[in-house]
Amino acid sequence: MPFEPFTRLTAHIAPLRASNIDTDVIMPKIFLKGIDRKGLDAGVFHDLRFLPNGTPDPKFVLNRAPWTEARFLVAGDNFGCGSSREHAVWGLLQLGIRAIIAPSFAGIFFDNCARNGLLAIEAGSDDVDHIMDHARAGAKVTIDLPAQTIETVGSTIAFDISERRKFMLMNGLDAVGLTLKRRDEIAAFEASYLAERGWLTEPERIDR
Amino acid sequence: MPAPKTLYDKLVESHRVCSLGENDDELLLYVDRTVLNEYTSPQAFTGLREAGRRVWRPETALGVVDHVNSTRPDRDVLLNEERDIQSAYFAKNCTDFGIELFDLFHRQQGIEHVVMPELGLILPGEVIAAGDSHTTTYGAFGSLGFGIGTSDIEHLLATQTLVYRRLKNMLIRIDGVLPVGITAKDVIMAVIREIGASGATGFAVEFAGPAISGFSMEGRMTICNMAVECGARGALMAPDETTFRYIEGRPRAPRGAQLHAARESWSRLRSDPGATFERTVEIDAAEIEPMVTWGTSPDQAAPISASIPNPDDEPDADRKRDASRALTYMGLEPGAALSSIRIDHAFIGSCTNARIEDLRAAATVLSGRKVAAGVKAIIVPGSSEVRRQAETEGLDRIFLDAGFEWRQSGCSMCLAMNDDVIAPGKRCASSTNRNFEGRQGAGARTHLMSPAMVAAAAVAGHLCDVRTLGTA
Ligand code: SF4
Repeated sequence: MPFEPFTRLTAHIAPLRASNIDTDVIMPKIFLKGIDRKGLDAGVFHDLRFLPNGTPDPKFVLNRAPWTEARFLVAGDNFGCGSSREHAVWGLLQLGIRAIIAPSFAGIFFDNCARNGLLAIEAGSDDVDHIMDHARAGAKVTIDLPAQTIETVGSTIAFDISERRKFMLMNGLDAVGLTLKRRDEIAAFEASYLAERGWLTEPERIDR
Repeated sequence: MPAPKTLYDKLVESHRVCSLGENDDELLLYVDRTVLNEYTSPQAFTGLREAGRRVWRPETALGVVDHVNSTRPDRDVLLNEERDIQSAYFAKNCTDFGIELFDLFHRQQGIEHVVMPELGLILPGEVIAAGDSHTTTYGAFGSLGFGIGTSDIEHLLATQTLVYRRLKNMLIRIDGVLPVGITAKDVIMAVIREIGASGATGFAVEFAGPAISGFSMEGRMTICNMAVECGARGALMAPDETTFRYIEGRPRAPRGAQLHAARESWSRLRSDPGATFERTVEIDAAEIEPMVTWGTSPDQAAPISASIPNPDDEPDADRKRDASRALTYMGLEPGAALSSIRIDHAFIGSCTNARIEDLRAAATVLSGRKVAAGVKAIIVPGSSEVRRQAETEGLDRIFLDAGFEWRQSGCSMCLAMNDDVIAPGKRCASSTNRNFEGRQGAGARTHLMSPAMVAAAAVAGHLCDVRTLGTA
């Protein structure tokens, strides 16, 4: 599915210090029972954002000014580990989050971000600490994807991103459509791959 | 002479349709096979429908209902409305797109990662990607298995390929001889503790060493399954005679001349001598003890003989904060013996540890013993096939006599998306793979360990070393 392109955005950034924030925490399982992508903003960090009686927990960062306006997150190591559930990414986007900065991301989560236009930035620990301090102070940052920079008050931090991922994010491109342009190439590869491996196409045995 | 290659490099090379980036680090990867479940696939099918796309090779996909279904022995109970919607939509999608489906009442229904190997669908040299992070299980066969999100499921169904980032290579060698009573689960938990929950992020991990080749396929699958808990997106073991013997004769496995040709090709699936691994970790098997987790991340683990760690002893500020937060959630005090932790629930199940060998190990411990008063204990076999096999061997009688519930197959209390949910503050000894906050129910407290250790905890009423059960 095509998505909203990312170029340059200035916004508040919410600090989430913990490492290993997993997708069970980002999107608890009770929100995974649908068959579409709707309504997932309600589920994001649900058990942290809301008290047992359903009212917002005033202690949780996304419920406190100015981070109620946050469009970015800065987090600890291994953000998005655990379950492959893409609902976590859909929910974050629906809540208005457009970029996440962390020292490292879990692989599946990182790819899920790229497929949906959520910019996941891997930054060095020192840079993350620096941004974390800014975030905690309530300052805004500017993320510029074409320039590959994060601007805080008094500093500009460069970040790495693959050319292809950058291109897709900046243009809001759907990967399926792009790949299908190579239909013939895939078919040719497949024909020779399978020709050498007869056991993969042998009529499947059904044991019902 | 071509440069020596790792097993991982060979698998990527043989499935590379074309390069997508500079340096060949992003590429289009051909995928042999996938398995779909009811909860991560719906939006992928919706995407295909909306774009008017078909599935490239529907015969390479299998649908299995496993995550949301009830595991009650009499499970033709009323499913709630939302669950009905997911399973019904899943069935419609499989029918419309020509994909074989094992629905709830199919004879072969089970947890996807248990069903696929037992059918003989996982073969050395394949690439298998699926909408579940524990797809790494299949690396036990010398195939590359990894989890993907829903957008990538859609991409895979439409194109039989994925946009793939090449990983770095890590070698984990388990040298030396495993002490008696140490299981594959203890090995992988020791590895995760050693390298951390993100220790293998960005890597494909190859496991090697005598302790690994000494394990059965069930044990190897347990290790590869849980490798994702240290961040690996690919966990590989070179196939050998144990692998080939496991595959031969399975319902969907190749036979005759095709099997012969396949074995010829599979025997080349190993890392070349001198191949480069960016990181190597060596672990002495002799030092591994039965492991349990004490925190809310799989790397927050320790040998059962240890005490609950004191966060103040942790030099790293972040790890210290994570540890003290975990102990608060877990309701534990530093310094107490791990074996003093009392439990309310015992759960044996999941794609990590609910294969027939796991149930046999649990039965060995439970035979002639009783679950401690106040402990609610359930066993959920990994597949309907495992359930039948266990009943043939009389294991179900042992479990029932000991006071365990004997269930139908599914994910169940591994992620508590069905009605098997643990109440807030209650504590569970669990043979599963994730001890995250809320994983087994909001506020529920999970301690991961091997099936034998869960059985021992169920009998003792507290965590304990299975090797000393009855002698203490
Ligand atoms: S058993 Fe647990 S880990 Fe395995 S597929 Fe089911 S929910 Fe996921």
